Amino acid sequence: MAVAVRLALIVLLLLGPGGWGHTEPSRDSLREELVITPLPSGDVAATFQFRTRWDSELQREEVSHYRLFPKALGQLISKYSLQELHLSFTQGFWRTRYWGPPFLQAPSGAELWVWFQDTVTDVDKSWKELSNVLSGIFCASLNFIDSTNTVIPTASFKPLGLANGTDHYFLRYAVLPREVVCTENLTPWKKLLPCSSKAGLSVLLKADRLFHTSYHSQAVHIRPVCRNARCTSISWELRQTLSVVFDAFVTGQGKKDWSLFRMFSRTLTEPCPLAAESRVYVDITSSKQDNETLEVNPPPLTTYQDVILGTQKTYAVYDLLDTAVINNSRNLNLQLKWKRPPENGYIHYQPAQDRLQPHLLEMLIQLPANSVTKVSIQFERALLKWTEYTPDPNHGFYVSPSVLSALVPSIVASKPVDWEESPLFNSLFPGSDSSSYFVRLYTEPLLVNLPTPDFSMPYNVICLTCTVVAVCYGSFYNLLTRTFHIEEPSKGGLAKRLANLIRRARGVPPL
Amino acid sequence: MAANSFRPRVLTALAGLLALSFGSLADSRIEDQAEQFFRSGHTNNWAVLVCTSRFWFNYRHVANTLSVYRSVKRLGIPDSHIVLMLADDMACNARNPKPATVFSHKNMELNVYGDDVEVDYRSYEVTVENFLRVLTGRVPPGTPRSKRLLSDDRSNILIYMTGHGGNGFLKFQDSEEITNIELADAFEQMWQKRRYNELLFIIDTCQGASMYERFYSPNIMALASSQVGEDSLSHQPDPAIGVHLMDRYTFYVLEFLEEINPASQTNMNDLFQVCPKSLCVSTPGHRTDLFQRDPKNVLITDFFGSVRKVEITTETISLQPDLGIMESSNKEDQIDEERMEPLKYAEQLPVAQIIHQRLLALPCPWCTPQHDCLIRED
Repeated sequence: MAVAVRLALIVLLLLGPGGWGHTEPSRDSLREELVITPLPSGDVAATFQFRTRWDSELQREEVSHYRLFPKALGQLISKYSLQELHLSFTQGFWRTRYWGPPFLQAPSGAELWVWFQDTVTDVDKSWKELSNVLSGIFCASLNFIDSTNTVIPTASFKPLGLANGTDHYFLRYAVLPREVVCTENLTPWKKLLPCSSKAGLSVLLKADRLFHTSYHSQAVHIRPVCRNARCTSISWELRQTLSVVFDAFVTGQGKKDWSLFRMFSRTLTEPCPLAAESRVYVDITSSKQDNETLEVNPPPLTTYQDVILGTQKTYAVYDLLDTAVINNSRNLNLQLKWKRPPENGYIHYQPAQDRLQPHLLEMLIQLPANSVTKVSIQFERALLKWTEYTPDPNHGFYVSPSVLSALVPSIVASKPVDWEESPLFNSLFPGSDSSSYFVRLYTEPLLVNLPTPDFSMPYNVICLTCTVVAVCYGSFYNLLTRTFHIEEPSKGGLAKRLANLIRRARGVPPL
Repeated sequence: MAANSFRPRVLTALAGLLALSFGSLADSRIEDQAEQFFRSGHTNNWAVLVCTSRFWFNYRHVANTLSVYRSVKRLGIPDSHIVLMLADDMACNARNPKPATVFSHKNMELNVYGDDVEVDYRSYEVTVENFLRVLTGRVPPGTPRSKRLLSDDRSNILIYMTGHGGNGFLKFQDSEEITNIELADAFEQMWQKRRYNELLFIIDTCQGASMYERFYSPNIMALASSQVGEDSLSHQPDPAIGVHLMDRYTFYVLEFLEEINPASQTNMNDLFQVCPKSLCVSTPGHRTDLFQRDPKNVLITDFFGSVRKVEITTETISLQPDLGIMESSNKEDQIDEERMEPLKYAEQLPVAQIIHQRLLALPCPWCTPQHDCLIRED
């Protein structure tokens, strides 16, 4: 064993410095993780984090060999002497009331805050140039950041990484709320990843699914961290985070069952070969809520428990580097199903058919103790034909009362009833057991006022129409069809002569 | 005897004549090939694609620009050589029923937005000033590379513009306009600064031909979707999205370009015939008098693709690593600063320190920058 160790040491020394065929241990490492959290409202939140840690001091500008750490960002750190950089693009708002507390929230739009190192002389000039360069890298309008929307916070936004003293003169903060986030911001973000949407967790990052969400936030965080437990040297940490919330009704079509394929239209096929760790965590803390149990398929091999944001949480862990979880012949498609225990209730509903049959609704309910249960039914009023109204329509129409049949537990046990011996008032309902008694109750009938038509209107219309027709049409008809001719009055007749004779006899002037 | 010796001499003469003629034929073929090799004088391709309209009902202009972007990328021009300017965001618009998509054909057949798009100037950045600065190269210092047109005198540039226009002007974002004279002057500046080898200008707006009437710089070919006095019409609406998806001229240009691959030999005359009046309702126009080559010799891929002339060599070149640089960088990597005391993280909300800071802040009405008023804490 000692010989082997010594041999190994000798071999390492031989392969040490000098010669150009040697390989040194890589100084950067990648960890990727995905956390899937079912939310109380039936939605599901997915948070991706890709962390690249580089054990190097980037203060000198001589660095030219970039492996996992992206060159675009490494050059920014050395050129502008950055201490920390935090940039986020967000669309939507994290609804804490419905979804619970977020891991890391970001404001809608674009937010950029940067700590410069204390060697920088003109911070404002570096700030302006940095925002221009970032606008080119991320295809965003960050070049609109200038003194009109930049502030220097004095109390908050302390450095999230190692800091040598915090003089707020070197901090700058700006927010652009109007900034739109779309595929053109996701594309360069994805290209910064070492495996760049080809393998590992980043194959799930498809734009047409990620933007069909209630909340989408992607961020880049760069900060110096401790390299080891003694914390005597610095490593640079780059974290790229992406949080999305899939809406149960928009993307889920109302069902609360989720799977990786349903969320991202992809499954995990292989881990990223450049990643040291690649894990998927599923939050199974609230696995029992509202009588529903959460079932995760395939079942996890390990779980992780810790206090996160103040509450104890349990996570199911899937390690993509473990061949038992994922291998060449098996994809990983996590499925989350909510299982409801079988109910022992009964509902029977028979809807009405106009002029044929009424509504019938029967429900068997188990009432919880010490509580008030309200059952209500909404109905609409329909119009009747004018011949179907009763002679007194303004009285209203009756809806028959509801019936409640109940088995009420009795406080005192009763003995079985003998129908011939006991009084008549005790033998109305046959009692089956001694612990409860049967009762049937009724509600009041409901009197509904239907809108009543004006019943005199048909008569009025007929009168008016007939009058108009008669007067107008009749007159026209007469004018058009009657011929008028002048008539001579007749001179006399026998009756007229006789009448004149009688008139002369009476002394009245003749006709 | 003389007759006997004469015949072989005739035969050799004949053979010689035949050889000469074959040789001259071969020579002319070599000359043809050489002429083809040097046919167009460009070595790199650039594209500037501009959509100038804002608002959801102008979805078709964004779809127009993105379909040309897609064709140009497919035929080989990389993102670093494309300046894409979109005045509004349609893909992630709240009104889009399918987010992160822009369709060109109804029934959602073709998503021209894709998964790999880089927009250089978006939203409020698409202004007449920024457009002219991109063309002429007079961008403010600090503009990132992806937002610059870094062309040289051997670049073929494709400029595509779409939006709402009129007789002699093109409207930018409903608030300002660019006139054909400004555009012609910008192209002249580009010529004077030798920023292009040949330029193809395509415009799809109403009365588009008015925009190329005033060009006066050499080596410009221009196409427009309609003549002066005519309107360019939109193609087809999609009932699910609710707006018109494309303009007719660009729709047929897209269908034409879908058949082109980087090796095709289709020339510009075919592009001129793309949308006859029966399909487009307006009369597309073109202008080639400023262009020096004959359009039938100009390949589509001269402007839409990025075809490089490749010379194959069979020599081998061996690369020697510079051991001096490698050793020094290795040494530097291995010696990192080891500090004596451990470093620590900052407190996120040090209440005592914040309150102490407030007490030290003296009111100072005559000071201007904020940091002068606070006593710095070290």
